[in-house]
Parts: sequence; structure tokens; C-alpha cells
Amino acid sequence: MALVNVKINNIPVQVEEGSTIIEAARVAGIKIPTLCYLKGVNEIGACRVCVCEVKGARSLVAACVYPVNEGMEVFTNTEKVKQSRKATVELLLSNHNQDCLSCVRNNNCELQRLSLELGCSSHKYDGVKSEAKIDASTPYLIRDNSKCVLCRRCVAVCKQYQSVAVIGANGRGFDTHIGCAFEAPLGNTACVGCGQCIVACPTGALHEVEEIEGVTAAINDPTKRVVIAAAPSVRVGLGEEFGMPVGSNVEGKMAAALRRLGFDDVFDVNFGADLTIMEEGTEFIHRLQNGGTLPMITSCSPAWVKFCEHNFPDQLDHLSTCKSPQQMFGAVCKTYYAQKLNMDPKDLVVVTVMPCTAKKFEKTRAAQNAAGIPDIDYAITVRELAKMIREAGIIFDELPEEQFDAPLGIFSGAGLIFGATGGVMEAALRTVYELVVGKEAPSIDFKEVRGTQGIKVAEYDLAGKKVRVCVASGLANARKIMDEVRAGTAPYDFIEIMSCPGGCVNGGGQPIRSAFVRNNTDIKGLRAKAIYDQDKSMKLRKSHENPAIKQLYDEFLGEPGGSVAHHVLHTKYVARNRY
Amino acid sequence: MSKIKLTTVTFKGTAEQETQLRQVLTEIKQSEHPSVMTALQRAQEIYGYLPIEVQSIIADYMGVSLEEVFGVATFYAQFTLNPKGEYAFGVCLGTACYVKGSGDIQAKLEECLNLHDGETSPDGKYSIAATRCVGCCGLAPVMVVNKEVYGKLTVKDVPDIVAKYKAM
Repeated sequence: MALVNVKINNIPVQVEEGSTIIEAARVAGIKIPTLCYLKGVNEIGACRVCVCEVKGARSLVAACVYPVNEGMEVFTNTEKVKQSRKATVELLLSNHNQDCLSCVRNNNCELQRLSLELGCSSHKYDGVKSEAKIDASTPYLIRDNSKCVLCRRCVAVCKQYQSVAVIGANGRGFDTHIGCAFEAPLGNTACVGCGQCIVACPTGALHEVEEIEGVTAAINDPTKRVVIAAAPSVRVGLGEEFGMPVGSNVEGKMAAALRRLGFDDVFDVNFGADLTIMEEGTEFIHRLQNGGTLPMITSCSPAWVKFCEHNFPDQLDHLSTCKSPQQMFGAVCKTYYAQKLNMDPKDLVVVTVMPCTAKKFEKTRAAQNAAGIPDIDYAITVRELAKMIREAGIIFDELPEEQFDAPLGIFSGAGLIFGATGGVMEAALRTVYELVVGKEAPSIDFKEVRGTQGIKVAEYDLAGKKVRVCVASGLANARKIMDEVRAGTAPYDFIEIMSCPGGCVNGGGQPIRSAFVRNNTDIKGLRAKAIYDQDKSMKLRKSHENPAIKQLYDEFLGEPGGSVAHHVLHTKYVARNRY
Repeated sequence: MSKIKLTTVTFKGTAEQETQLRQVLTEIKQSEHPSVMTALQRAQEIYGYLPIEVQSIIADYMGVSLEEVFGVATFYAQFTLNPKGEYAFGVCLGTACYVKGSGDIQAKLEECLNLHDGETSPDGKYSIAATRCVGCCGLAPVMVVNKEVYGKLTVKDVPDIVAKYKAM
């Protein structure tokens, strides 16, 4: 690619031809403020916050979409530029519900930060506000359009990442608002609950349905025993809520924090992940050897499952019947563990911490109640956990490193890597290879399925039988694979699908990072690396070697895929409409 | 929340209309620049309005989501989500009629029909859509019902006119 010479505020820089002003300015060490811009996802030049002066240009230009060319001179910080940006943000503020002090995004709001950085007056323009109502029609998400700035970042991720596209701008002019087709509540649409819109939102217009109150009440209820467990990827996201760099693994501190919050048992969903491998691996081998429906597709990601039900209701046979790790964990708590404690499962409250908002939906599904009551009582996001820790006054970075409790807190590296795209596939291969071939795989690392790219394929030799696998993350990628599956042209035996790009490390329940961090940091890559680093350092790296899993089968479940296991750990799916 | 008027009228599209729509959409898809907007325009020519049943077919053909179609349909004033009633009432809100009090006529009409501007009664019989100058300012204020013109109106005349159509 050819290089061009440009000057940013008189600083000469060389950048690739076709770069935008914003990218060139970054090279010159200048940060141009943005609001609607999300690199590669939402490049529409709509909000006009990033305007700059270009020598010779008729008017101010939007730096996020304006390409540089040879000899261009850009000024990012003139009075004219500053006045324009300031007026733009002040106009946004004039139609904004400035409920900042009690807003869920207080201190992590891009509009608030812009207002501060640009020196805006919060009530420069006062006038009529657009009418906005709150959509609380789902068990996972709240939309409050009184805080919406119409940047369309949520709309862009819903379509580009997920190909779900159930939200968009309706109406025009002052009445424009983000909503669904025919103004349907979100809960009546094909929304999958992934929460990518929440982590893309610059303001408090979108947030999860919080369950903190219920969790706290359970902890304070002396008649309840409260179990907590966090998903694999939570330990590599949580630290960011406390100012740590992206990719910090805070597993030990997290265990300590959970104990200090008053939970009775501090377990780990990684155990549920190991259990998933036992069941899913067995199911795959069974399908492979008995002419079952192939390719088999993983069912760990509830937003993916719902996506499949809405968009590929004729392909549900491909889904593994296994519950997700969260649901398996809950099911085992309320059956096996309650039995072990000799207590009524109704007095056991199971809480999970998830990088995910769709988990809040998943726990409400039918056929997720092994003990006749819901497997999971509360599923909170990483953000909700961080809020609880802050409310409790726990100084997170000073916490000691602690361990999880036995037996449901014992896990292998295979369970841990579920948190990144390709992790379930690798974990399954570690076990399936040994079960089928009867000896250890040449390498425990199946590196072909690692990495943050959206679609990965590989082929492995299992005792003379070639097994072709595919790993997809981001539902837009899943759709491509599923179109092939439907057409009968997908050359795969086993497919892993995760809803969020990069897998759970980049889930909709993870800490919300500003557009600047998203645009300039490989968030999902760094978080995934932290997970793989921990896996590498572990002695126990295969699900079927987890002693707690063996004990669970010996004492309670019997054989993987057996009748008890089937009752407790497997589920059903339903065909859903697209509209 | 918005000025978007959703219809409460039951969809009465015919098989012929659907065949025609599918044919038109196939043509549009094969054209050089297939666009949702063109599809909506042609669909409105066929049905007179753009209910969910029609927009869903457009979404499927054009390979976009229903919301993307709806977003376009609610952006442009040329599209309507409501069918015209069997009796379509239009009060002129042009300058001459307006200064002669057509705003009050409109308000009375909305009250008599229990509809807001841009809406159609659930049975599909009556609709109200304010119009611009109909070209007979000498008769201001003017109301048009289908092709019938009522001029030099007073608010008191409105209930009688409505009653006449209710009796039909």
C-alpha cells in the first residue's frame, strides 16, 4: 500500500493511502473525540463530534470517514473546530435525560466524558425533549431512549456482528428513535439477548436487567444456602472494572471477593464446562459412530441457540442436546450437591456470574429444571459483580489470592478455555481424541482452532477417521456456516458456535470499554491470551481427568450420556418465528 | 414516542395482490440497483399502504431485516402504514382554510370519528388525513370525503356530515 505525507496540526506523518484523518491523527499522537464511530463497524460520520479543519476544504469534515491524501493539512484543535464540537454536544445534552448521578453509566459514559473534555455547559440549550419510553420487555435488557444519542452503534453491532438486525432508527427528524419493526417491544422480536448493543452503547440508554437485589436478599436470608460460580471468561474481564489493564487474570482475587460478599459456596462454572465436555464429547462420538445428525453444533451459547431457533428452526437437530455449562452447573447443584448436603434444593440458591446477558434469558427457558425448579436462580454480569464488590467496600486490588471450594470448584484447563472462541472445540478434542483413539493426542494444544478470527476450520485424524471441525464466533459468521449446513454443503462433523465475536471474553456482560479503547486495543485477543496462559500453566488440562467430575459420575450420574445424565444435563429446543 | 401510526385494520390482501407483489419484487431484485425504497413504492401502489404482512415479504426478498424495511418506511413521508378508509376524510389545512378555522374543523372531526390524524378506524371504514390546499379557497374552510367536497364549513356542520357517512 502506498504511503502519503500529511500534516496533522503541522506535525508531518506518513500513513497508508486511504487512512482516515482519525487514523492519521492517532499516528501523530492526537486523539480526536468521537461519539458514533466504532472502527470497522459504525463508520457513518453522523454525530459530527470528530469534525476537523482541512486546509482548502469548504467546511469542517468528519475525521472518522474522511480519507487523507498527499499533502493534506489537517487541524484538529482550532477555535472553529472546538466551537463546533462543543455546540454539537451541547445540543445532544439539551435532549438528554441528565440523570447522571444515578445512571448506571455514571463515570463510564462517553457523552459525559465528551461534555467534560469539550467544556460543555449542560443546559446551554433548553427546549422540548423527544418523547421516550422505556422498553423492559425482556428478562435481560432495558432500553431507555431518554438517554439515547442516536449514534446507531447498537444498530451497527446488531447487524454487522450478529446479522440479527432487530433494532434500527424509526421515524425521522426530532421523532427519530431506535426501536424495532412496527414498534414491537424487543421481547417480541428475534433479539437473541447477546448484549453486544449494551457494550457498544456510549451512554446509559442500554443496560442489563440487574439481579443484584435478589442475590443480596438471598445472602441475607439465613434459611438459604447461596452458591456462586463464575464463568471461565469472568476472571479475565473483572479486573478492568477496577482499573487493571486489559488481559489481567484476577481469578484468585475474584474467589476472595465472592467469599467476602457472603456466598456460602464459592464454586466455578469451569466445573460445569468440564461436565459439558463429558456429555457433549460422548454425544459427538455417539453421533459419529451411529450415523447421527452431523455436523453436531455446540449449544453453550444461549444467544446462539436462540438465533438458531429463530433463523434456522429446521436445523435444530444439529444442536447438541447438552445444556450449557451454566445450566449443567446449576442442575448438578440442585440435584447432586443438595443431596450431598442432605437439604431441600429449594433452599439452595444458585447464582452465576456471566460475561453474558443471554444467560438471564437462558435460565428462564423450559427444560432447564433438573430438580423440578429452575437450575439457576440468578445470573449476574461481570459489571453487576463489580458493582456488588464496590458497594461492599471491598478494596479489590488488595485482596489475597484464594481458591475455589471443592468439589464443584475443581476444574481443568479444558473447562477454562471455554471462555475464548475455539475453546470448547479444543476442550472437546482433548477428550474425544483420547476416548476414540485410546491414547493421548500428539499435542494437547489444538492451536488450529485458536485465535480471534471469525471462522476457523481444521481437520484431525481420529484412528483413521478424518474429523473436520469448524469454529465460528459472531452470529453473522454463524449465519454463513448455517447457510451451508442448510444447503447440505458444510463439510464438517463438529461445529462450535459462540454468539459474540471472539467468544465469551468479548461477551455482552463484560466490562464496557469506551470506543477509544475498543478502536485501539485488541480487547478480545488480550483477554483470550490470559485464559490460554493460565491453561498452559495448569497440571490438570483435560476434562475427563478432573477428579471431581469422575466422582460426580461415580456417585450420582452413572455413565456420560446415561439416563440420569440425560435427565439432569440435557435439554430441548423450540422452533421460533423470525417476526 | 413518535408520530408513527400503526394500523389496527385487519389485513385484507388478496392472492392476486401477493402474486403481483412477488413479481414486482423479483423484477426489482434483478434490476441494476435493487433498493428497499423502490420495493416499498411499488408495494404501496399495489396495496395502498404498507402493513407488516407486506413489509415482511419485502424484507425476505430484499435480504434485509424487517426493521430495516420499517426504518425506511417510517422515514419518508410518502409511505403510509395505514390503509385509506372506505370513507377517507381530509380537512384542508392550507393557508386560506386554516385562517378560516379549519384547525377547529379538524379537531371536531377527530372527536366525532374518535381517530387521530393519519389513523384509520379498526373496521377500515373511516380514515382522517389532513390535506394541503385542494384548490377551492373560495369555499374555505373545506373538507373532502372521497370525492365529495364540503365548503364554507362551521364546526357545527361536522357531526351531521359524519352521521351521513355512518348511516351509509
